[in-house]
Amino acid sequence: MFDTALTANDLVFLAKGAGITILVTAISVVIGTLLGILFGVIRVQLGPVLAAPLTFFLDIFRSVPLLIQLVLGNAFVGMVLQLQISGFTVACIVLSLYTSAYCAEIVRGGIDAVPEITRRAARSLGLTWGQDMRYIVLPLATRVALPSWIGLALGVMKDSALVYVVQVTELLKSTQILITRLQEPLFLLLICGAFYFVISFPLARFGGYLEKRWSND
Amino acid sequence: MIEIQNVRKSFGDLEVLKGIDLTVQKGEVVTVIGGSGSGKSTLLTCINGLEPIDSGRITIDGTEVHAKSTNLNKLRRKVGIVFQQWNAFPHLTVLENVTLAPRKVLGMAKAEAEAIAEKQLRHVGLGDKLTTYPSRLSGGQQQRMAIARALAMSPDYMLFDEVTSALDPQLVGEVLETLKMLAEEGMTMICVTHEMGFARDVSNRVAFFHQGIMAEIGAPDQLFNDPQHPETQKFLANVR
Repeated sequence: MFDTALTANDLVFLAKGAGITILVTAISVVIGTLLGILFGVIRVQLGPVLAAPLTFFLDIFRSVPLLIQLVLGNAFVGMVLQLQISGFTVACIVLSLYTSAYCAEIVRGGIDAVPEITRRAARSLGLTWGQDMRYIVLPLATRVALPSWIGLALGVMKDSALVYVVQVTELLKSTQILITRLQEPLFLLLICGAFYFVISFPLARFGGYLEKRWSND
Repeated sequence: MIEIQNVRKSFGDLEVLKGIDLTVQKGEVVTVIGGSGSGKSTLLTCINGLEPIDSGRITIDGTEVHAKSTNLNKLRRKVGIVFQQWNAFPHLTVLENVTLAPRKVLGMAKAEAEAIAEKQLRHVGLGDKLTTYPSRLSGGQQQRMAIARALAMSPDYMLFDEVTSALDPQLVGEVLETLKMLAEEGMTMICVTHEMGFARDVSNRVAFFHQGIMAEIGAPDQLFNDPQHPETQKFLANVR
């Protein structure tokens, strides 16, 4: 018969960890997406040559493993900038920049997918560049970019497991703490996985719903 | 009046407009014919400032299109343009496609913009498609929607860039009928087209473009029946 030492309090402890995971992910995805839209639009507008410094900066965040970014980011904030900020804040900053680097590419791809003539049609009606972006380009780019963006958001949620290196006790770290104490790794990892699934599933479904709705347009 | 004076335009090393002169009076319908790459479509996009020019001058009712001081967004309200394809904003309904510019550019109230849009959509025969998305329309209906959308801005001039070229043959007629209707109503139009019958029936003047120059311009009867320029003769012999 299956037997476990896991208590209700332990589950609450895991749920708190899951709460941190959700919070870090939500903050990073929101800020990262806003920055990603900004960076993506700048890249498209400036063209490859003028945007090269920005592209290089974003490439760093896409190329260097997140674990290294978190450790170095934490050291940079503490030792170079001499700022006393929490590991949680560092985690959110690094993850936001990491997200923005990927999101900028997704946004750029989405904008490039809007036919030039459709944009010309908008401008020829007297819409300004900003109105064209707001009412035509970004809504259309969003439809193209949504599946990739959902993938990015889910990826960031799972990558957020690495923020334990800056002393943030999120879901996976909470699970590890319990494993150390209870010595039931498989069962606890199963529960941890279930938590991740419960967090991810609504986002994935919501993405699917939007895609279906838009495809009916 | 649209005045085009000695306009030159290059894309890289390729000069696509080699000194074009053309004046289009209010109420006039000018069609532009010619082979691919003759510069016809580029001229239209230069007229409403979507493309810069290298030299020369284009003025619309006295306003120089490419002058630094010209507010192009304001000028474009006067000059509607419809392209060959990809005109529709696919995420907006037909009605929203047509009301967008009146609301955002002219600052019209929603109800007023919708009333104008409905009127224009009925005018082009799409009165029953208001809540439909463009993907549910045929190519011809999409082009008529684009025409209604341009008309909703009450333009003084309309530019048509091969608006039937991307359509299935059976859909060409409905779009040409719409253009004819506009011409009969007195709209000033410049139409780049491959439809010779349309050019002959509707135009006050027909211009033939060849490799970036306007080789010949004249009344339809003269140009089609008695073309003077050897390239015009060759072109017409091939399309007949």
